Amino acid sequence: MTSMPDPWAQVWQTLRLFAVDPVGLGGLVLRARAGPARDMFVAAMPDLGLPKQRLHRSLSDAELFASMDFAATLSCGRPVYRPGLLTKPSAYHLSMAERCPAELAAKLAAQLDAGQSCLVAFDEGADPDETLPLALSDRVAFRIDLTDLRITEPRDLGTDKLMAARAALPMVQTSAEDISTLVQLSTRLGIDSLRAPYFALRAARCNAALNGRLSLSIEDLEIAAMLVLSHRATCLPTSEPEPEEQAAEPPEPSTNNKGMPDQDVLVEAVRMALPDGILPSALAQRTTATGTGAGDSRIARQRGRPIAPRRRRPDGRSRVDLIATLRMAAPWQKLRRATQGRISVLPSDICLKRFETQTERLLIFLVDASGSAARARLNEAKGAVEHLLARAYSHRDHVALIGFRNSSADILLPPNRSLVLAKRRLAALPGGGATPLADGLHCAGLMAGSALKRGMTPTVILLTDGRANVALDGQRDRNKAAEDAELTADWLRASKVRSVVLDTAIRPQKPLQNLAQRLGADHIALPRSSAAGMTQAIETAVNT
Amino acid sequence: MTHAFPFSAIVGQDQMKLAMILTAIDPKLGGVLVFGDRGTGKSTAVRALAALLPPISAVEGCPVQSATRAACPDWVELPENAEIHEYPTPVVDLPLGATEDRVTGALDIERALVNGEKAFQPGLLAQANRGYLYIDEVNLLEDHLVDLLLDVAQTGENVVEREGLSIRHPARFVLVGSGNPEEGELRPQLLDRFGLSVEVRSPDDIDQRVEVVQRRDAFEMQPDKFLKKWHREDTRVRGAILTARDILPDIKVRKRELRDCAELCIALGSDGLRGELTLLRACRALAAYEGAASVTRRHIRRIAPIALAHRLRRDPMDEAGSVSRVRRALDEVLA
Repeated sequence: MTSMPDPWAQVWQTLRLFAVDPVGLGGLVLRARAGPARDMFVAAMPDLGLPKQRLHRSLSDAELFASMDFAATLSCGRPVYRPGLLTKPSAYHLSMAERCPAELAAKLAAQLDAGQSCLVAFDEGADPDETLPLALSDRVAFRIDLTDLRITEPRDLGTDKLMAARAALPMVQTSAEDISTLVQLSTRLGIDSLRAPYFALRAARCNAALNGRLSLSIEDLEIAAMLVLSHRATCLPTSEPEPEEQAAEPPEPSTNNKGMPDQDVLVEAVRMALPDGILPSALAQRTTATGTGAGDSRIARQRGRPIAPRRRRPDGRSRVDLIATLRMAAPWQKLRRATQGRISVLPSDICLKRFETQTERLLIFLVDASGSAARARLNEAKGAVEHLLARAYSHRDHVALIGFRNSSADILLPPNRSLVLAKRRLAALPGGGATPLADGLHCAGLMAGSALKRGMTPTVILLTDGRANVALDGQRDRNKAAEDAELTADWLRASKVRSVVLDTAIRPQKPLQNLAQRLGADHIALPRSSAAGMTQAIETAVNT
Repeated sequence: MTHAFPFSAIVGQDQMKLAMILTAIDPKLGGVLVFGDRGTGKSTAVRALAALLPPISAVEGCPVQSATRAACPDWVELPENAEIHEYPTPVVDLPLGATEDRVTGALDIERALVNGEKAFQPGLLAQANRGYLYIDEVNLLEDHLVDLLLDVAQTGENVVEREGLSIRHPARFVLVGSGNPEEGELRPQLLDRFGLSVEVRSPDDIDQRVEVVQRRDAFEMQPDKFLKKWHREDTRVRGAILTARDILPDIKVRKRELRDCAELCIALGSDGLRGELTLLRACRALAAYEGAASVTRRHIRRIAPIALAHRLRRDPMDEAGSVSRVRRALDEVLA
């Protein structure tokens, strides 16, 4: 069992373990596009002892939790409730799990925590950073990737054997060493969550039960490590323990003589389960912790994802939600003494449909390329912008680039999604000349305005050292320039454009802080910030 | 009904446990916010707290658990011979998907249909009166519900004006919120309402991690044996909470400690005076829990991080985080 050349063997093994203790193991994530391999997998899914319940991402609360069945209510004259999809313990099958919104994930997570249900999530993500929310993937033990697998003959998992294992499961004993081995292993693999070693322990126990053992053997631990821990690993320990690790746990070899050699075997097992020793999922998960590239959610009248209807007077632009209106009127029929076969609906019952759409984000980089800025740290500013561009790219943001120097601002790159183009234009931006800050802000404001009209959420990221010396009309007048810049800032703020100010001056400038305040923006001093800190600050500014 | 994991069996996470115990001693502290990584025992602790808390005495059949008949809201129709019984402290879960009707209470449709009468069906806020209201993933809660909760938490009263009903009832509860900051930030308005906030992390120590998994495993495999083992410890904590409640009014706060609190809040630049008030209250509760006669600097040192860290202006460049800022200020002020 140590060598696992056949990935399908792993898949069947996972399914067997899962079938023995579906609730205890939480469930599995199946990463595969729709296709014959996935169909075969679904067909081979053993009986989990729970009713199957299909879910999809746009289910409303009324469908998930108990809600009133208005047709039955009307005919009976008393409230009739329809059980929600989540009300009874089941094996949830969540399709298109990579698009599962955080709210649904939280509700499902609460359901899984109740300890009576399990989840099979179908992750159809194409890119590595398109995965289901961490709140869910952390709560299920397994992850199966069918992406590069060719279809084979389905294997019979042996129902009788599974049933016998399920019955034998409570008898399997675990020792303190087993637990400590798994915990240490998961720490060495850089796994933070304590659910990981716990799931590994349960999986090992299932494997022991399947093989008719009453205590865990090294083989059980190996299989558990391979199937539960390998896809969560964020780092692979080298064969020789690192020096600081040795220093950290000197008493380990003496107290845990049996444990240590195990560990290397287990690490080997994990390594084998990973294709070419890379950690694809783990790394992707780390980077997608925040933000999804979508802009604001906003309530729309006509299109988008339906959300709960609200009782409002019709305004001619929204659509009336007939069903919700009837549901609202239903309980009152007897009181209103409606005649048989007619429904009495009052204006106060009318519900309007509401939809939620997500807007796209546009990051407008407004870069000061004047002489003072160039002398200060134009190159560092460019580096910072590049860093942000990479980030914007991974979040599917639109980016635009405006540079300002001498007498005016130029649009170097109109809003688009090309990272390469933005990088090239940025590198070609020469430095030197005066600082027409007001014109730069004006230019960014116009661009942001047109983006708002197209339904995007623009954010202006201003990189400057703040010494404005060219006024809007092109005059070289320091005071007038500062005044113009502040007025433009007020205008930007009034048009509800969000912004961030990155101060590139060697010492943070008071005038720029004032400007940031007028923009309603965060003021971030670049010299004192690390790349990561800066990115995070911008993320917060963009996301709030 | 499955049993909750025993409170005292939770490994480590001392700050979180302390914060919860303090709210049990003085419910007016204003709630606990637990923010942290996945799989660190946030939800476990809240559910364990329910089992730990001492029972309350309430009028039988009263939807808001009133202590006496006179305290019942006037819309409640009690049977003539309603007696006062002991009930477990309510710990009510507010699911993210809850509708506004479900939270505030609404017209009792069944009675409206069957009897044609206007009656009020109490919601989760009524159930949580004199107890705890727990919101998991509080940062994902819908905005209109957050506003509603804020309003009720501040006034201690739930006012329902809808569907021709005009009802009010007491809703004094301790708000416990938990969440994962990676999934979304909490609005500062709501943040400030929580008396105490705790950040939890997965333990770094191998032995501790082993212990966590071991205990969890023991609990899942043999719940009865495990509960029995930890029953004594849980009883001790409950006893300590009850004693602390009794002596809480007698805890003295000297001028010097009051000054320390004020100086600390000034040094940290926390907004408003809520910080000082909570800090003081929590210190007093801690002193009572420890059986001390008065609040000392040691109490302030222990409480300040959980009472103040979430009230600071956010500084995105400060990698160290708010808790270490509080620690630094503590070292300066209490030097």
